[in-house]
Amino acid sequence: MPIDPSLEKVSFTLNGRPATAAPGCSVAVAVMMNGVSHFRRSVTGQPRGPLCGMGICYECRLTIDGRPHQKSCQSVIAAGMVVQCDE
Amino acid sequence: MQSSVMHVVVVGAGIVGAAVAEALSLDGHRVTVIDKTLPAGGATAAGMGHIVVMDDSEAQIALTSYSQRLWDERAPSLPLTGERMVCGTLWVAADDEEMAEVHRKYAFYRQRNIEAAVLDPKMLRDAEPHLREGLAGGLLVPGDSVVYPPPIVASMLETVTHRGGCVAVGKAVVAMKGSEVTLDDGTTIACDYAVNATGSNASLLSPEFAIKPRKGHLVITDRYPGFVKHQLVELGYLKSAHKSTSSSVAFNVQPRPTGQLLIGSSRQFDNDTSEVDYAILAKMLQRAIEYMPAISDLSVIRTWTGFRAATPDKLPLIGPHPDDDRLLLATGHEGLGITTSLGTAQLISDYIALRAPAIPLQPYLPARLLAGVKHAD
Repeated sequence: MPIDPSLEKVSFTLNGRPATAAPGCSVAVAVMMNGVSHFRRSVTGQPRGPLCGMGICYECRLTIDGRPHQKSCQSVIAAGMVVQCDE
Repeated sequence: MQSSVMHVVVVGAGIVGAAVAEALSLDGHRVTVIDKTLPAGGATAAGMGHIVVMDDSEAQIALTSYSQRLWDERAPSLPLTGERMVCGTLWVAADDEEMAEVHRKYAFYRQRNIEAAVLDPKMLRDAEPHLREGLAGGLLVPGDSVVYPPPIVASMLETVTHRGGCVAVGKAVVAMKGSEVTLDDGTTIACDYAVNATGSNASLLSPEFAIKPRKGHLVITDRYPGFVKHQLVELGYLKSAHKSTSSSVAFNVQPRPTGQLLIGSSRQFDNDTSEVDYAILAKMLQRAIEYMPAISDLSVIRTWTGFRAATPDKLPLIGPHPDDDRLLLATGHEGLGITTSLGTAQLISDYIALRAPAIPLQPYLPARLLAGVKHAD
């Protein structure tokens, strides 16, 4: 769905801080538009972020509303959402 | 005889064959290991890697507790990729009948100086908060551990080659006796002893022994660090694992050092294809969710099958063939092959060296399965 810039921004929580995003955008986009590109850590501790943007590579997983390993590129941002990246 | 160097051919490079080959190499023998696919290519890689003391019989606890001691002793020299973690086993009792079994098991372990503790329902929930409410309690056996066997097998085989032995993979053995092993291309290899360590395939080379593949399924999840802390096994497992014919599932969950969970377990006879059986997989996961409802929120990333080497009496075959004392068997370990590989290796190397073993070999001798069979004079 196209993002309409005239719509009011959505407020959500990113890594414990208030953040906003354009309504209708994916969680991956919402996180990156807030200047965060480190979404999670690999099993060996390497930083990881979105790669394919279409739900295949699993690199963009983060914790949404307490549920770990959610694919942020396949989730739509919503008001009040709590989004947490790996430390 | 004891002082001379023997040439021993070990067929099968799973953890049992690799451990036997390593022990014989350390005794100074010349060892050739042959495997038709890859090292650790069968049940060794498919299983959970649970190092567990089990008390189905005196012979079983003797071998599992001896083997666990050997695992503890070699812990400092295991490769880090072997991911050893002493997480203990928590046997979960669902009802009063299973709680009676907890008390029986507790007494049995304590009589044998194996550390154990009885947990009431509150202690159980404190130990594992994701277990459902209403369970009767549990038995914690803190000395049990988990490992990831394939790199451990690789390090065992490295010891063999460093000591001048040979590891030949991709070569199928079609016949073996104590003095000679024959490959499918017709090559024969002369030896002083030969060891059949081919797991659930052992009856292909030793058809007189009834070793049946018992299929199992496992699931691995994404990483959820701290979700469970112990290897969790339902006590009903004992009831289901003892049935030797029908299919069964049991709640059996293991934490991995990565934060992933291994979820099992299933047991099936008469299903020798490696495909995932979705009906039994569903039953297995439903059983896990019954005990631990929050499992339904976890992501599964992979599922696979493997084949245990099952014997009719639940004990492995370790030692000489009754008709050929140079042909040794080291198979039939069913679900305990990772645990008992080290004890098996010591028993086999003690037999060849004519050393007194640390535990009696007699209960595991292959001859017992041929009792009642009339041999040719």
